[in-house]
Amino acid sequence: MQYALIIRESAEDFVRRNDPAYRDGWTAYTKALVQAGILTAGAGLTPPETGTIVRRKGEDHDVQDGPYPEGKEQLGGFYVIEVPDLDAALEWATRVPVSEWGSVEVRPRLQFA
Amino acid sequence: MTSDAGRVAERVARQSYGKLIAFLAARSRDVPAAEDALSDALAAALRVWPERGIPDNPEGWLLTAARRNLIQAARHRTVHDNASETIALAIEEAEERLNDARNADFSDERLKLLFACTHPAIDRSVHTPLMLQTVLGIDAKTIAQAFVISPDAMSQRLVRAKIKIRDAGIPFAIPERQILTDRLAGVLSAIYAAYGLGWDGLDGEEDNRTGLTGEAIWLGRALMTMLPEQPEVIGLLSLMLYCEARRRARRDADGTYIPLEEQDTGLWNEIMLAEADTLLRKAGTLDRFGPFQCQAAIQSVHATRRRTGTTDWKALITLYRALIEMKPTLGSKVSHAAVIGRVDGAAPAIALLDGLERRGVASYQPYWAVRGHLLADLGESDAAAEAYRMAIGLTDSPAVRTFLAGKLQAVISRSA
Repeated sequence: MQYALIIRESAEDFVRRNDPAYRDGWTAYTKALVQAGILTAGAGLTPPETGTIVRRKGEDHDVQDGPYPEGKEQLGGFYVIEVPDLDAALEWATRVPVSEWGSVEVRPRLQFA
Repeated sequence: MTSDAGRVAERVARQSYGKLIAFLAARSRDVPAAEDALSDALAAALRVWPERGIPDNPEGWLLTAARRNLIQAARHRTVHDNASETIALAIEEAEERLNDARNADFSDERLKLLFACTHPAIDRSVHTPLMLQTVLGIDAKTIAQAFVISPDAMSQRLVRAKIKIRDAGIPFAIPERQILTDRLAGVLSAIYAAYGLGWDGLDGEEDNRTGLTGEAIWLGRALMTMLPEQPEVIGLLSLMLYCEARRRARRDADGTYIPLEEQDTGLWNEIMLAEADTLLRKAGTLDRFGPFQCQAAIQSVHATRRRTGTTDWKALITLYRALIEMKPTLGSKVSHAAVIGRVDGAAPAIALLDGLERRGVASYQPYWAVRGHLLADLGESDAAAEAYRMAIGLTDSPAVRTFLAGKLQAVISRSA
């Protein structure tokens, strides 16, 4: 089964990306996924302020400066991994180097029969 | 002949329900589909067995029939060539299982189902109802009654949980060693919650509930057979047996509530207590203390009153402190305060109660009952009366309500 590991980080975490120690953690984790042969897709994203929100307004579109007003945590990136079941996905999720203010959401990838 | 077939089918279905569902759902993790397939197989059994006779292995028959239904249902969904491969594989497995079906009452498969039902990805409040339905085959209406919600609401929650199991890929497996202890805690809590429902249903207003204590103990025993070296599993069974042993002493002939310290220890079931003692000791040898062993130890102290005539309250303080460390629930904290009241007096005990979170205790009946008792001890009749009134308003047992009303009266007459 394929699962997305959706990573959310706090504002402080995005700042900490400048710190090589924080960055190294992510590089190491990505490498571990690759070595395990389970990484199907993934991407890190630039900080939320670089985002632009597009919404439908009738026939028009409304374009606004980001970030998406979700809350204290913002989308930081995602991985898609191929593992046998949820427990295996959760095991990998616990290794993601999020800070104590970040989170990892584990959600199955949509499969079309 | 027809009614015989019906009775056999019903009995097999009831006894083997969880096992059959586990077998059927193991590959696809699709519990609703397994349930449909099994109920169709049961309907077929009721048609066919009266004519052809009850099979030697009724369970195996149902399993094969249900598997065939599953394959047919799957065939309607996929049109690809690999369907024939699936069919061949499934028939092979069904034949294998035909033999397994004769074996142990509580197979590995049912244990895996138990872990799936109490997986952390499922909302915790659904663990116990889901376990009761899928592992024990108890009907949704009975479960809904025990939880005091409508059967429709309960059915909805159960369906949602089963869909989650399927869609999120929750495994039907015994967890790996590293996480087994954590996951086991969820299973044990679900079983103990089921026991608690049965315990509360003692006054007979919900007859179905009292059956739950038996089911919970059965599950506890079965779990111990599968995981004999897990001390918390043994601890849970010990705890339930200590409680169950007191059943006959909890109410007198008129149905009046008898508090623990006033119970006639002669009415306690000595055989159950002896087994509980042995189990607790055995758990101790495995040298990994935990909250269920702790609660069993607490019950063991109470049970000792049958031999010594007294209760070792100081030992209870130590045990409750340990319990709060491991499992800081409202229940353990309120019970701890009650015991402090016995040893150190009402004032420090009330101080402990005052320290509890306001919102949490507002509708927690034991908090108010204990508070009323302690305030009465201090001679604060008005405050005690108010606390007793709160407790009465939060009680769902008529016998306990009557008991508390008596306490309220006593406190009112004193202040009059």
